[in-house]
Amino acid sequence: MLNILWPIFITLSIVYAIYTGRVNEINNEIFDALESAVGLSITFLGTISLWNGIMEIAKSTTLINKLTNILNPIVKRLFPELKNNQKVNQEISINIIANILGLGNAATPLGIKAMKSMQEENKRKDELSNSMMMFILLNTASLQLIPTNVIAIRTSLGSQNPTSIIIPVWISSIVAAVVGILAVKVLIKKGRK
Amino acid sequence: MINILNYFSSLAIPLTIIVIIFYGLKEKKKTFDVFLVGAKEGIEIVLKMLPTLIGIFLAIGLLRSSGIIDFIVNLLTPITNFIKVPSEIMPLALLRPISGSASMAVAVDIMNNYGVDTLIGAISSVIMGSTETTFYTIAIYTSCVGIKKTRGILLPALVADIAGILISVVICRILS
Repeated sequence: MLNILWPIFITLSIVYAIYTGRVNEINNEIFDALESAVGLSITFLGTISLWNGIMEIAKSTTLINKLTNILNPIVKRLFPELKNNQKVNQEISINIIANILGLGNAATPLGIKAMKSMQEENKRKDELSNSMMMFILLNTASLQLIPTNVIAIRTSLGSQNPTSIIIPVWISSIVAAVVGILAVKVLIKKGRK
Repeated sequence: MINILNYFSSLAIPLTIIVIIFYGLKEKKKTFDVFLVGAKEGIEIVLKMLPTLIGIFLAIGLLRSSGIIDFIVNLLTPITNFIKVPSEIMPLALLRPISGSASMAVAVDIMNNYGVDTLIGAISSVIMGSTETTFYTIAIYTSCVGIKKTRGILLPALVADIAGILISVVICRILS
């Protein structure tokens, strides 16, 4: 995607700037942009390292298993077609917990594993099953306990209260996820007709 | 009400840290050693991300300073006025499902221009935190099992993104 967008953005901007006589602005921007990318990365170095370290502790304990067990009943309701397959249910729950804890690097391989297990159960191998659709939707909803990246951005820009957005983020992501789940259910029902 | 929300927001990080460390101690882990392993991995993640950020910040910065973003924002103003969404956040809303790094650059750009602690800054933050890179996620999870027939999964995922963006605007307006 970015292989298409990136060159378009840059050439379009430069041509447009020359056309509207904003060459000086463009020149300043090139160096400002580099500076703000590096500045943000320095803030990221602190917050992301801290968070990764804390989550490494979480991974070493049984906490993730406990959270997975709490989530299991919800997963069973969202994936009625997998009711006999405890292994897939477990894989889905672990993926969701990893997403919630912000373990992005761990969540994706876990999710791929869950997708492969669901593919074994899938009756039409060339098409997403209902469970797979629900699973992908849950992964496109950003269910994250601590939105670390946003807090890092806000900190690097000198916010008075970088963490104040946490509860608004929770409300917004839960509402979005519920809307998405309902939309998938509608899509599945319509497809059956 | 807002103070209570802020208070609970500010508790989220300290409480998460203490619960995790408590579990580490309870199960007799060498918490600091384990922490260091994870923290080191965090540094690697950021360093790997830096080249992408530089490239993307350049592209997004050029889009803004050339005036193209203002041009697009002005074009969209009649629509955004109608749905009561500030037009300044539209570049973010449009890029968010497509690219994580580009939307991050746009969010930084918006907060730099309009202020982090303004309504627009808050809306951008909540959108960034509550939505995902939908296209990328769908691509990864369908390609790993070699499925091309997605039965239109993009539609409900984008509906959820739009709902997330609208709710972000509503919440921030209520709280500001």
